[in-house]
Amino acid sequence: MERRDKIVLEHVSFVYGAGTPFEQKALDDVSLRISANCITGVIGHTGSGKSTMMNLLNGLAKPAEGKVYLDGYDINTVLSDVLEEWRTRPEYASLSARAAKKAIKAEIARRQRELCFRVGLVMQYPEYQLFEESVYQDIAYGPKNMGLSPQEIDSRVREAAAFTGVEADWLNRSPFDLSGGQKRRVAIAGVMAMKPEVLVLDEPAAGLDPHGRTQLFEKICAYQKQTASAVIIVSHSMEDMAQYCDEVAVLSGARLILQGSREEVFSHTDLLEQVGLDIPQITQLVRLLRARGVELPENIYTVDRAVELLRERFAETGRCPAGGAK
Amino acid sequence: MKNIAFGQYYPADSVIHRMDPRAKLIVAVLYIVCTFLCTNALCFAVLVLSAVVLTLLSKIPLRLLLRTLRPLIFILAFTSLINIFFTKGEHLLTPESWVVKIYLEGIWNALFMILRITILLAATGIFLSFTTTPIALTDALEQLFSPLKKIRVPVHEVAMMTSIALRFIPLLTEETEKIMNAQKARGADFQSGGLIKRAKALLPVFIPLLSSAMKRADELANAMDCRCYHGGEGRTRLKVLHFRASDVAAMVLVVAFGVGIFFLNRLGIGYTM
Ligand SMILES: Nc1ncnc2c1ncn2[C@@H]1O[C@H](COP(=O)(O)OP(=O)(O)OP(=O)(O)O)[C@@H](O)[C@H]1O
Ligand SMILES: [Mg+2]
Repeated sequence: MERRDKIVLEHVSFVYGAGTPFEQKALDDVSLRISANCITGVIGHTGSGKSTMMNLLNGLAKPAEGKVYLDGYDINTVLSDVLEEWRTRPEYASLSARAAKKAIKAEIARRQRELCFRVGLVMQYPEYQLFEESVYQDIAYGPKNMGLSPQEIDSRVREAAAFTGVEADWLNRSPFDLSGGQKRRVAIAGVMAMKPEVLVLDEPAAGLDPHGRTQLFEKICAYQKQTASAVIIVSHSMEDMAQYCDEVAVLSGARLILQGSREEVFSHTDLLEQVGLDIPQITQLVRLLRARGVELPENIYTVDRAVELLRERFAETGRCPAGGAK
Repeated sequence: MKNIAFGQYYPADSVIHRMDPRAKLIVAVLYIVCTFLCTNALCFAVLVLSAVVLTLLSKIPLRLLLRTLRPLIFILAFTSLINIFFTKGEHLLTPESWVVKIYLEGIWNALFMILRITILLAATGIFLSFTTTPIALTDALEQLFSPLKKIRVPVHEVAMMTSIALRFIPLLTEETEKIMNAQKARGADFQSGGLIKRAKALLPVFIPLLSSAMKRADELANAMDCRCYHGGEGRTRLKVLHFRASDVAAMVLVVAFGVGIFFLNRLGIGYTM
């Protein structure tokens, strides 16, 4: 399928505490293209600016410099766009200054919210955002804000709950009675229920058990396939990234150092190691095996696939595929 | 780093930053007394000069110091006007026939009052808020007031509560911001609607905030229990405060300054209040 840009960052910089003695540059001249209809992984060591970048994607945080485009529209021009549009409207002149200001403000807020509905952001440690009486109501908060009909809300809540592995009998419990991992799923479901075109997940699997991780990632993949949306995942686990992502971006020290398909990115072993990241262990193992003469394709990212291929080799040759060596 | 960024603390490496916080407190109080001792023009000139020297020593940008005056501009303007119009003196500036009479003395008084308040604020800024972290300040207060423990004033407990509260303020602001953004990402609208609607819209922020604050307080209490915290008695400190020669020198200097001001007042050079 043809590759299409969904989100484009152009020379984006972001500074925390600008103008104070505690100024810190969290993003430095980052240009990134995120494709539509695929899963993009963002990796980088702690403090490299991943969360900062994610917070820019729905327009809630504004870059100090540079532009963020969603489907070619610069999302940080909402304000000037609305002002421009209103100036040319005939009813604008008839309104009093105060009424006009109010209307413009409401319009800006509406568009800003629309952006949030289009780019669904699940922040790091989202379990702290739960507040409703029941899990059901909490998941329904987003869709409700979108102004959907009750039937639509109900179906979306159940669908999102199923996707994230929120079990039906939790729905009536208080979110405060759930475990951390369960809360995490509820929080993710709360954003998924808005059916955003772009789903941004900041370390969705941190702190989940191995089984829960796999399950969550598989559900996210399924969600992506079903909705054909763009999904962006931040994670520290190279294994997960290699397994589930189509494209990968690497941040280091506030700068973007690599981006491309996962094959491309993981072929830069040295560069990744330089910035304190690894390639997945299984990929490394397969490369070592290849170096010893085992005939295997170069880029293998899952243990299952490696085992499958080794079995095939074994069946073909009838002996241990370790190139002669026992 | 972020944790001490709250309030006005301005990190720099200056003589004043390095002073013992107790010495800073004492010097600040004495210096403020000095500003009240001043009654004539010469004294005020010396005072202004000393304030300039202190500002330079502290390495705080002037812009920051002046910013603390901003909320007081109205009061300053108001009281100076009252001073100018209602002080009676001998040197009338306006023609005799005018209903409103302005005397030279009024203008001097207004000037003195402005200088006094400005320098008072600058001094608290230079010695306390800009150069001392809130935690160091509570520490200093605890030690200075520790004699009160003899008469069963819970000095340590109050100081402990204050520093914990101070420590939590930046955490809570940061968390509020985070939760607000998380809810905005789900389409929360905090701006539109009347007062009641807006208050209701804050519920999704307030509830998680409260829940996490309570959780945090609980965890902190547990952590303190685990380390056998049992109040102030017999407790040693991680950062022992030391009076150094420079601290003593600073205190001597400010006392000498006060005495100097006292005698300059006697000379009565320039306009005297
Ligand atoms: N609210 C804030 N105020 C000031 N500085 C911040 C703030 N949030 C993050 N930073 C700084 O910005 C830099 C990037 O932070 P960011 O949270 O984007 O890192 P990250 O890549 O998401 O790290 P992690 O993997 O730990 O989540 C860090 O150096 C951090 O100290
Ligand atoms: Mg992060």
